[in-house]
Amino acid sequence: MSEREVISGVTRAEYCVVACADAWRGDGEVMASPFGTIPALGARLAKRTFAPDLVLTDGEAALMVGAPSISAEASELVREAPMPYRSVFDVVWSGRRHIMMMASQIDREGNQNISAVGSHAVPKVQLVGVRGAPGNSVNHPTSYWVPDHSVRTFVERVDVVCGVGYARAAAAGPGATRFHEVRQVVSNLGVFDFETPDRTMRLRSFHPGVRVEEIVAATGFTLSVPDDVAGTRLPTPEELELLRQELDPGSLRDREVQS
Amino acid sequence: MSDKRTTVDDMVGELRSGMTIGIGGWGSRRKPMAVVRAICNSGLTDLTVVAYGGPDVGLLCATGKVRKVVCGFVTLDSIALDPHWRAARQAGQVQVMEVDEGMFFLGLQAAAWRVPFLPTRAGLGSDVLGINPDLRLVRSPYGADSPYLADAADAGVELVAMPALHLDAAFVHTNRADAAGNGQVLSPDPFFDALFLGAAERRFLTTERIVSPGELADASHPLATVAVHRMLTDAVAEVPGGAHFTANPPDYGRDEAFQKEYASAAGDPAAWEAFATRYVLVDEDEYRARIEERGQ
Repeated sequence: MSEREVISGVTRAEYCVVACADAWRGDGEVMASPFGTIPALGARLAKRTFAPDLVLTDGEAALMVGAPSISAEASELVREAPMPYRSVFDVVWSGRRHIMMMASQIDREGNQNISAVGSHAVPKVQLVGVRGAPGNSVNHPTSYWVPDHSVRTFVERVDVVCGVGYARAAAAGPGATRFHEVRQVVSNLGVFDFETPDRTMRLRSFHPGVRVEEIVAATGFTLSVPDDVAGTRLPTPEELELLRQELDPGSLRDREVQS
Repeated sequence: MSDKRTTVDDMVGELRSGMTIGIGGWGSRRKPMAVVRAICNSGLTDLTVVAYGGPDVGLLCATGKVRKVVCGFVTLDSIALDPHWRAARQAGQVQVMEVDEGMFFLGLQAAAWRVPFLPTRAGLGSDVLGINPDLRLVRSPYGADSPYLADAADAGVELVAMPALHLDAAFVHTNRADAAGNGQVLSPDPFFDALFLGAAERRFLTTERIVSPGELADASHPLATVAVHRMLTDAVAEVPGGAHFTANPPDYGRDEAFQKEYASAAGDPAAWEAFATRYVLVDEDEYRARIEERGQ
């Protein structure tokens, strides 16, 4: 099979995996904490290729050697050090972590909501809770994964600020801004960052097969769109083989994002 | 060493309506569920429940025991959100002090260390401060001229002052314990159980099995697995299956089929009544018999 033929068969889910992997590029020896199937594959792909020093957990209470298939049984995993929840806070507050959380809502300034839709006092929809989002977002780099990009998830203003965005961090002062960074947002439609003068959301790349107008229409706020915005990069043949043969032979990725 | 053995009923008998109760474990893992069921069956009301929330919170809300919950989340792990908690919140039946998971940990730590608060960046800039208007910030007393300042950005910096979470009583469940109140966790994460006990006035331990003093550690279980020492414990009760249906490895995993039945009984009064009559509003012997009937 020629390289072109391989690439022509790349699915949307595979672009999303590569985009998530790239979020950890250059991070060095930090704990990568992915939430969701596609970020989990992204972190493992990054570790197996360009980010070998990344530290991954076994999903329970230990750090894991290597980056095996996401379908591997717990008994197949090799562990290198304990990482109970108490120690996770040591890592979070030391800054040696880059998390990719999910967001029920995310807004233009990078605020994230996983607590409640509507009023917090009596929610219209109760969500899981703020969890560690407030502390994560002001202590170490934070990215987000949104598998269902729409005007309901990309909103003008989130109902409850859990993960802290740029304007809110700035308003809270140096205690909040010193280690605050919302790195990237990856959705099923594209990749976004905050590399604008006022630190609001910008389209970084669109996934091949998605039109920019489609992304703008599915976003509930004014999105910065650079004139020269490009497509999300193609996976390399090596990345595709790793992903399809070793990391996700059961194609769990297609359950989170359909082609 | 004093013998601290007692029963779950005697433990719960010490509680009073309106108390603040800490519950160990995390999500749907190693929760002292026999105690939770006993509280559900008691006349207690208006409790404040402090927990890394799981079905303990959902059950206590569904049986009307709770006035307020202090938590960062309420999850069943394999089911993202406890639907009984969702129903109680959406009906406005319970108050919540919702804080970051790390703030929660510091609140227990502050209480256990007998200081009124501990400082943290966690919470800054988030709505945790807005939805808990009694939370306060604290300014670092170390300014630019201090010999202790390591980074200029931290001169006089404002941080969240997470208040101590004082508990009237705390309950945790471990795999093994001895009669003196030492508790052993045989799964990889001791969670924050020792801190729950340290933050509480009355400290209660339930366990799968009580063994003789000095017999907790052996060749395959180092002394470090004894996560709770006896200075943290007032009473201990042997309750085999006491964490069912939450996960308590290596003794047993989560009873996923049961948990699913529990979750799907939410939001439908008839389904809940049937579930509660069969599995909640019964004593521990009857509960165990009904779980055995299910083929567990």
